[in-house]
Amino acid sequence: MNDLLDPLLLSRWQFGLTTIYHFLFVPLTIGLALTAAIFQTAWVRTNKAQYLQLTKFFGKIFLINFAMGVVTGIVQEFQFGMNWSDYSRFVGDVFGAPLALEGLLAFFLEATFIGLWIFGWDRLPKKLHLATIWITALASILSAYFIIAANAFMQNPVGYQINQAKGRAELTDIWALLTNKVALAAFPHTIFACFMVTAALIISAAAWHLTRKQHVDTMRPALKFGLWMMVIAGILTIFTGDQLGLAMVQTQPMKMAAAEALYNTATGANASFSLFTLGTPDGVSELFSIRIPYLLSFLSTHTLNGTVEGINDLQAQYTQTYGPGDYTPIIWVTYWAFRYMILFGVLSIVTAVAGLWFTRKGREPKRWMWKVAIWAVPLPLAAMIVGWVFTEMGRQPWLVFGLLKTSDGVSPNTTGLEVLISLIAFTLIYGILAVVEFRLIKKAVHQGPEEPPEPDEVTGEIAHEATVY
Amino acid sequence: MDLPTLWFFILGFFFIGYFVLDGFDFGVGMTLPFLGRDDTDRRVLINTIGPIWDLNETWVIVAGAVMFAAFPEWYATLFSGFYLVMLAILLALILRGVSFEYRHQRPEASWKRRFDRMIVIGSAVPAFLWGLVFANVVRGVPLDAGFNFTGSLLDLFNPYAILGGLTTLLLFFTHGVIFVSLKTSGSIHERARALAMRSGLLTIVVAAAFLVYTTVSYGTVWSGILSAVAAVTLIGSYIANLRTADRWAFALMATTIAVAVLSLFVSLMPDVMPATNDPANSLTIANASSSGYTLTIMSWVALIFVPLILLYQGFTYWVFRKRLSRASITEEVEPGAAGAGGGGAGAGPSGAGSSGSGEAAASA
Ligand code: HDD
Ligand code: HEM
Ligand code: HEM
Repeated sequence: MNDLLDPLLLSRWQFGLTTIYHFLFVPLTIGLALTAAIFQTAWVRTNKAQYLQLTKFFGKIFLINFAMGVVTGIVQEFQFGMNWSDYSRFVGDVFGAPLALEGLLAFFLEATFIGLWIFGWDRLPKKLHLATIWITALASILSAYFIIAANAFMQNPVGYQINQAKGRAELTDIWALLTNKVALAAFPHTIFACFMVTAALIISAAAWHLTRKQHVDTMRPALKFGLWMMVIAGILTIFTGDQLGLAMVQTQPMKMAAAEALYNTATGANASFSLFTLGTPDGVSELFSIRIPYLLSFLSTHTLNGTVEGINDLQAQYTQTYGPGDYTPIIWVTYWAFRYMILFGVLSIVTAVAGLWFTRKGREPKRWMWKVAIWAVPLPLAAMIVGWVFTEMGRQPWLVFGLLKTSDGVSPNTTGLEVLISLIAFTLIYGILAVVEFRLIKKAVHQGPEEPPEPDEVTGEIAHEATVY
Repeated sequence: MDLPTLWFFILGFFFIGYFVLDGFDFGVGMTLPFLGRDDTDRRVLINTIGPIWDLNETWVIVAGAVMFAAFPEWYATLFSGFYLVMLAILLALILRGVSFEYRHQRPEASWKRRFDRMIVIGSAVPAFLWGLVFANVVRGVPLDAGFNFTGSLLDLFNPYAILGGLTTLLLFFTHGVIFVSLKTSGSIHERARALAMRSGLLTIVVAAAFLVYTTVSYGTVWSGILSAVAAVTLIGSYIANLRTADRWAFALMATTIAVAVLSLFVSLMPDVMPATNDPANSLTIANASSSGYTLTIMSWVALIFVPLILLYQGFTYWVFRKRLSRASITEEVEPGAAGAGGGGAGAGPSGAGSSGSGEAAASA
């Protein structure tokens, strides 16, 4: 019963759930803004109505999605103070700066220019209107940078010193904070992953219409666009993931050990990467495993005979440095989360490559292939989420690596009951909204692009809706 | 002025921006049952804030982030101490935000009605609770030596704070009504003006009571002067409305809100969150603020970007300066028949082109 009302546990669940939820929408916001910008540019350049149709089609989905990103984002920001007040006191001097920068430099831009874009079709000159969607898209990417830089400080604290008198970390070098090597690697990895998520949606929507042989003149190019986007973004995601792995091994070796459930330090061929393992639930002893020799060594050090530290050694080291305690994250979570991230991602890319092959030179794929394309839509999103779960849970028990434990960051005066109430409230409201949101997006996708608007006879201009809501 | 004090006022600036701007959004949301006789009316109302509510709401995100960065102790104490109140504000903002976006996605009356209701609740709840929160900050709360809030939820619902909540509720309501009257023409405009006359009186009474209470119990000379200014501009706004000077009414109302918030900030100084149990536990501008380095960096950022932000936000308001009326709502096909492909928006282009609403020609 006491466990049920443990503020720490409940706060962790709440933060995890609400962040994952926020991140269901963010990738589409980031990716669809760019997609709409690209199609609108194509329209402005070529004046072909089909590009305008595509702009509006993806723009509509973007808007349905956007509101959710905003309202769930506010929850994230407030939660630092509400549930993690000791954390906020400890890192505010450092961590607050990138959040404030994010607001001042990115969110304001995004929120302003998206309004101009939605409502400005008829009120702004064509080129200026095009600029508004580009600014929105770039601002959303910029905002991701700042939040990831803030998160990177938790993974790899840099640019600070500890003020003993105040008992907090203080910023000493903003440049070091913003060029944290973890941020530099995690940012492109996350952004390309966002594009994969978006590509999956585009492919799925296009495939849905193409199997029904409708909107072929718009959906055929959309399909190609989505497939290429998936392949290119996918390759870049893998490439940057590899870089991120290197940064991770240098900053948090325990995470890589936990990703492989590697208990004993291994070198060279022994530092193998297991594709699949059956073992006792705690992962300590293994019953069956398929392994690729050298791969773990390669992932961690980019050499074949590198040494990868194991959990037991690291645990001993950490006990020496930080005092007695358990410094191991939950192994089965990190082990499987890491694998599923890669598996789901690689599956998405393979599907897209196959799609390019089967649709080459106007060929028609078989029915079941369309089905695969339609239903593959959650794969990259799932990869993305388990990737974050890996990152965040792999950091445990630290909240700020080496400086502050998660258990020391929670609000001391907030009761378990309060957190339980908020956790239930968020779960309920988010659950309902997820259903509504999903249905609305599905409906918008199925409705398809609108018929091309007729240009005005006198001016040759295309009239758009003046009021939107 | 030292850096922490400067940032105290910059934070005040962001909260003023938030309350002045999102204040009228809350007001417009609350007017739906008063001014929205039918769906077209309600669409006019919502469209008056359509392009801007999101950027207005962003002010609170930035205010929160600035508080986190410049006064981490204050941010931590306030948000964790007022946990359930903050939760209620968050839930309300979620409902309001998605309702704007979802309301027009389906044609059924029942669907729209549900979201209309959520807009009203999602606007009224934060309008009341923000006043409650700030009144409690001014009044002070019990804090322990680690600056953690030791009171209970009920402590926050004291008479002074409730009066503060009612004040913001009414101020924002009237602010929103005046905004509607400024941004519309035709019958909605007339009704909004009439409503502002009635709600304005009540607002003056309640707000005056709150400002007097604040000045007498927690005020200083300066905050008293500011309160007096706020009272004068509030009455001025009412008179402007009487004389059908929409712009003046709106400008004076915005000034009232700005000056009233400033007066609260001034009355707080040098504290940011007084401890009612033991003054030694009070959070002050000095002990709650970030290091000089962080504040210096932030000052440069603010110096460069705040003017830019004001510029492009001003531009947005300028682009959408036209008044709306029932005729601006493009006559959509009654989407009962929208079965295949087309949907509501399909008629948009032709509708806008032929309705002669004048909106389509606005780009000229
Ligand atoms: C579509 C999604 C997707 C795909 C296909 C991949 N990843 Fe990933 N990965 C993410 C999406 C993601 C992410 C966006 O969820 C994370 C969480 C934190 C971050 O920066 O990106 C992540 C984190 C993450 C981390 C943890 C970083 C840390 O905790 O410091 C590593 C080491 C990798 N990835 C490596 C890879 C490798 C080697 C991949 C392929 C072979 C790969 N990722 C594919
Ligand atoms: C959007 C991607 C993200 C996802 C899906 C995610 C997921 C999670 C999860 C699952 C947890 C719970 C871990 C646990 O308690 O075992 C967590 C904790 C946390 N994360 Fe993230 N996270 C994300 C990004 C971020 C970012 C960008 C920040 C900071 C700027 C952040 C800050 C935190 C904090 C403060 C906690 C609470 C303490 C803790 O339990 O470790 N997260 N996150
Ligand atoms: C846990 C940490 C996080 C916090 C505190 C946070 C905060 C916020 C806030 C306050 C908003 C609303 C902004 C607005 O009104 O425009 C928002 C939206 C957004 N967030 Fe997050 N966020 C977090 C995690 C993330 C991560 C990890 C990413 C990207 C990788 C991200 C990317 C975005 C983007 C692109 C938006 C804009 C989209 C939109 O406004 O819908 N966020 N976030």
